[in-house]
Amino acid sequence: MNTMNTTATRDVAVEEQEQKTQPVEDPRPEQAELEEGKTVGVPYVDDPKFRLRDVEVFYGESRAIKKISLDIAKNEVIAFIGPSGCGKSTFLRCLNRMNDSIDICSVKGSLELDGDDIYNSKRDVVELRARVGMVFQKPNPFPKSIYDNVAYGPRIHGLANRKSDLDEIVENSLRKAGLWDEVKDRLDATATGMSGGQQQRLCIARAIAVSPEVVLMDEPCSALDPIATAKVEELIAELSESYTIVIVTHSMQQAARVSHRTAYFHLGHLVEVNDTNKVFTSPEHEMTESYITGRFG
Amino acid sequence: MTDQRSQAEIVRESLKVRYRKERRFRLYGMAAIAVALLSLLILFTDIVGKGYTGFIKTTITLDVSLDGEAMYLEDARDKDQLSMADFQAPIISALQEYFPEATGRKDVRELKRLVGSYAGNRVRNLLTEQPELLGTTQTMTFLVHDTVSVYVKHAGSDAYSIRLSEQQQRWVDELVEKGVVETAFNDVFFSRGDSREPSNAGVLGAIVGSLFTMVVTIAIAFPVGVAAAVYLEEFAPQNKLTDFIEVNINNLAAVPSIIFGLLGLAVFIGLFGMPRSVPVVGGLVLALMTLPTIIISSRAAIKSVPPSIREAAEGMGASKMQVVLHHVVPLAMPGMMTGSIIGMAQALGETAPLLLIGMVAFIVEIPDGFFSSATVLPVQIYLWASSAEQGFVELASAGIMILLTFMITMNAMAIWLRKRLERRW
Repeated sequence: MNTMNTTATRDVAVEEQEQKTQPVEDPRPEQAELEEGKTVGVPYVDDPKFRLRDVEVFYGESRAIKKISLDIAKNEVIAFIGPSGCGKSTFLRCLNRMNDSIDICSVKGSLELDGDDIYNSKRDVVELRARVGMVFQKPNPFPKSIYDNVAYGPRIHGLANRKSDLDEIVENSLRKAGLWDEVKDRLDATATGMSGGQQQRLCIARAIAVSPEVVLMDEPCSALDPIATAKVEELIAELSESYTIVIVTHSMQQAARVSHRTAYFHLGHLVEVNDTNKVFTSPEHEMTESYITGRFG
Repeated sequence: MTDQRSQAEIVRESLKVRYRKERRFRLYGMAAIAVALLSLLILFTDIVGKGYTGFIKTTITLDVSLDGEAMYLEDARDKDQLSMADFQAPIISALQEYFPEATGRKDVRELKRLVGSYAGNRVRNLLTEQPELLGTTQTMTFLVHDTVSVYVKHAGSDAYSIRLSEQQQRWVDELVEKGVVETAFNDVFFSRGDSREPSNAGVLGAIVGSLFTMVVTIAIAFPVGVAAAVYLEEFAPQNKLTDFIEVNINNLAAVPSIIFGLLGLAVFIGLFGMPRSVPVVGGLVLALMTLPTIIISSRAAIKSVPPSIREAAEGMGASKMQVVLHHVVPLAMPGMMTGSIIGMAQALGETAPLLLIGMVAFIVEIPDGFFSSATVLPVQIYLWASSAEQGFVELASAGIMILLTFMITMNAMAIWLRKRLERRW
């Protein structure tokens, strides 16, 4: 299966099914070749937004992330790809400490945002999350009105004192999310009545309403149809002008379309980080090549 | 080929058995529902059949001549004379208008027993308020005696006539024919407290008592229950102590209600010296009894809030408090309220713990506050049901109907709330 030549957007489920029909090689023998903390390609950049060194994540006794080091540049779109259970979502959730609510989860290593330690015990997680927003796999708007969904972040962070300011923030966020024209006449309607694609774009509008510096997206299109996916991808391209975006995706075409750099994860290791073009045309690591050509996944 | 066909036949055979089993299973279910419905029907027929007469009162309308001489009353403004006067006399003379032959001692006594014992008081009250009416003739309506009332309401049934003499029965029949004795909607039942005389007893005192008790119960049980549920579900650390508390809450839900009555007696009345028979103590006891129900249902409601909503709020930088107050509690509210209303309905029908804290007393006055002696609906029903008079038995059934109406209303409200406030995501 040559996924690179396919330009049409395809449903993730369909793609996964196609991958399953491919002869699957046991990835285990190759795992032995993976050396802890060793990543091929260009994991480091100058003046990074995130500087992550020797990151380890434990769920109880088991180690989900094994000594990953990576820099994420300002205003770049970086895609995390890899087979299910490789730790890419776990790693993403470390970036705004969403793992905090899981009791047995612990994070080691150095994670810095603009040079400040993210996991410093003195650091307020509320402030961190105001700077690092998140969009989830399943659209999860609050069961409130469209307006209240977008206004929620600015309200709890006290970003708007007057109603007119708040109105402006809501309108701008919805415009950026490409949703304004569709919903401007029914801002009071409940958000759960929207279509899945609209809900996901609303969640993006909600995330950018607090003007974060980074937006984390955890498989934002996996529950959407191809048309809605295309819209969200367009949106990501536009947003990349002003935000740093980290996107986890199962769709390699999506990674190829939207990202500047691509990171390939495997069983808790960060195997390769390279320019997206390079990853999909001439990957340096043989496991990356196996994965993107669909020999396992 | 033959193999395949035989396989198809085997499947067809087994299908027949399967269908038969399915039909039988469905039949069992339908039978179970039929039994339940039938029992309910029998219960309701019995209660309504016995109790509908409780909603009917029997009155007698007489032209009472307020003759001063007959009452030994010269001046109605004189308090001493008022307290000595015979107010039964004019009523008996009014009855004698209809039955001139009844003049003997025994006849007069039997005439007297046709009218309720409070009739004389009515005459006295009238004259106390308007002394100038002395010497005039007034048309007055009295409640008949309980035995007469039961006889009239169950006309033709021998079981209800044994307490009247044959002469009395003849008189009553005649009065009914003449339209002097009439039946009407029993407004007394809804406007008075308990009484020694069934025709004069009402359920309002018990309803008001129940109301005060329920207000105390909900005011304590709902906030405490919800707060406990939110804390246990959202903030409590996962340790042995939390587990211990959880197990004990579940145990408390299964404790017989009379134990809570003993606790109320020992703690609220014994230790804190609160008065007996008052709605505050009753409400406190019932609140303790309802707490586990509310906590358990509230926790279930909180658990059913989808984690994605929590995650969304956390991802926006909401603090734990904000996540709980802005999202979890509002979304869980319908479930919490449903659980609380059902808990309240249980508490409304509870008798045993209230017996122990003295809410079983005979109380005539309608309670006017949280600290005035009161009884509650189920206890009132218990008191009436254990009385000997026929009139009280029908009142007990009527009281049960009132109680059931309240409970059905509350349960319907719970269902309506759940339907109304339920959100879909």
